[in-house]
Amino acid sequence: METYYNPADLAKFATVGEESPELWKKFMSYYGEVFKDGALTSREKALIALAVAHVVQCPYCIEAYTEDSLEKGVNEEQMTEAIHVASAIRGGATLVHGVQMKNIIKKLGF
Amino acid sequence: MNQSSVIAKVSENDQELQLTHLERVNNITPFVEKIKETNLYPLKSKDIKIMQTNVGKVCNMYCKHCHVNAGPHRTESMNLETMAQCLRVLADTDITTLDITGGAPELNPHLPWFIEEANKLRRRVMVRTNLTVLSQPEYTHLMELYARHNVELVSSLPYYRDKDTDKQRGQGVFETSIQILRDLNNLGYSQKQSPLKLNLVYNPGGAFLPPAQHSIEADFRKELRDRHGIVFNNLLTITNVPVGRFLTFLHQSGNLPRYMDKLAGAFNPLAADRVMCRDMISVGWEGQLYDCDFNQMLGLNCQPGHIREFDLAALQQRHIELHNHCYACTAGAGSSCGGATA
Repeated sequence: METYYNPADLAKFATVGEESPELWKKFMSYYGEVFKDGALTSREKALIALAVAHVVQCPYCIEAYTEDSLEKGVNEEQMTEAIHVASAIRGGATLVHGVQMKNIIKKLGF
Repeated sequence: MNQSSVIAKVSENDQELQLTHLERVNNITPFVEKIKETNLYPLKSKDIKIMQTNVGKVCNMYCKHCHVNAGPHRTESMNLETMAQCLRVLADTDITTLDITGGAPELNPHLPWFIEEANKLRRRVMVRTNLTVLSQPEYTHLMELYARHNVELVSSLPYYRDKDTDKQRGQGVFETSIQILRDLNNLGYSQKQSPLKLNLVYNPGGAFLPPAQHSIEADFRKELRDRHGIVFNNLLTITNVPVGRFLTFLHQSGNLPRYMDKLAGAFNPLAADRVMCRDMISVGWEGQLYDCDFNQMLGLNCQPGHIREFDLAALQQRHIELHNHCYACTAGAGSSCGGATA
């Protein structure tokens, strides 16, 4: 079955740089630096990336950072907690917009 | 047993079929060609310091990653004569370490004699134990024998949580392992001022690479101490090698090309220079000689090919038998029976 997302496409990621190699090079250099051990460990960064990947719903990133997390010794319980954080922020962000809703109701109502 | 289990068992034991699976991975550069790109080809032995003897394939467990395809169904076990031949070689050479593996070495009835005799030769003696066998009443006494003879223990414990360990090694394995680790600590293993060493082994719970050894060791140390009051000396990380039951898993789950691509993509020349086969010799249960336990399971013999023909000078000049599974020892931080290498 044909789908928009194909796991094999992840390996073709670099082809996106073909038309603007300089920008691509800069992006990849930045990307590599971001994930190095720093004030946060590379393991903490992998978990953040995993959570963000779920929020932006990128199947390539979910695959990459699930595997990366496993290879950094993270277990399934920890990964699940990370995506709950993502879920809580996403859910909270939805609910907090309820204040806007209430403001409008207040403004329009008697 | 269903049909797929039967097929799995056949393929685990069929060395030729395993080599065919490894050869047919066509998305990677063959390992021999990769080594040719370095200045290491032909990869040669250096100085043999370790004799790793596989005293049998019998095991009380049936682990998913086992390259030996060990289990309760196996019957192969090293006899006394072959052990005596190993000891003669130790006595005649400067090989410093006898590394005893299996299967579960404890299930070889001659193990106590082998340890006692090796100890008389004043060699460093290591036993790779699965821990759980030591909970069986007929083998519990071996813990004291190990302590008495200063045997260094290397114990598999894939993770510091029960769920992950049991998934790989069987239901209840974690809890039993913890109990045995406590008993070993009580005997003096890994205690301050004690010469008794107990190292744990982490291996990944599937088709992925191990984490950095120092990082996961810190997690193990904290979790095992805080939750279970257990101490150990070092944690060794070992990459799952695509041989035996693990190769069957990779093949049947469709993970083989991806895993091999990962291993090959992580090729590290420094790890290649430091592979364990360059300073060890592996002895099979019938006395055959190999570069390592993995080559042993694939039937890739050395020359001279048997312990009774042991010729140190010739073996130290030998060319290592290379195949695609060797990528597991050269990926990332490297992997060996002593953990990461690079």
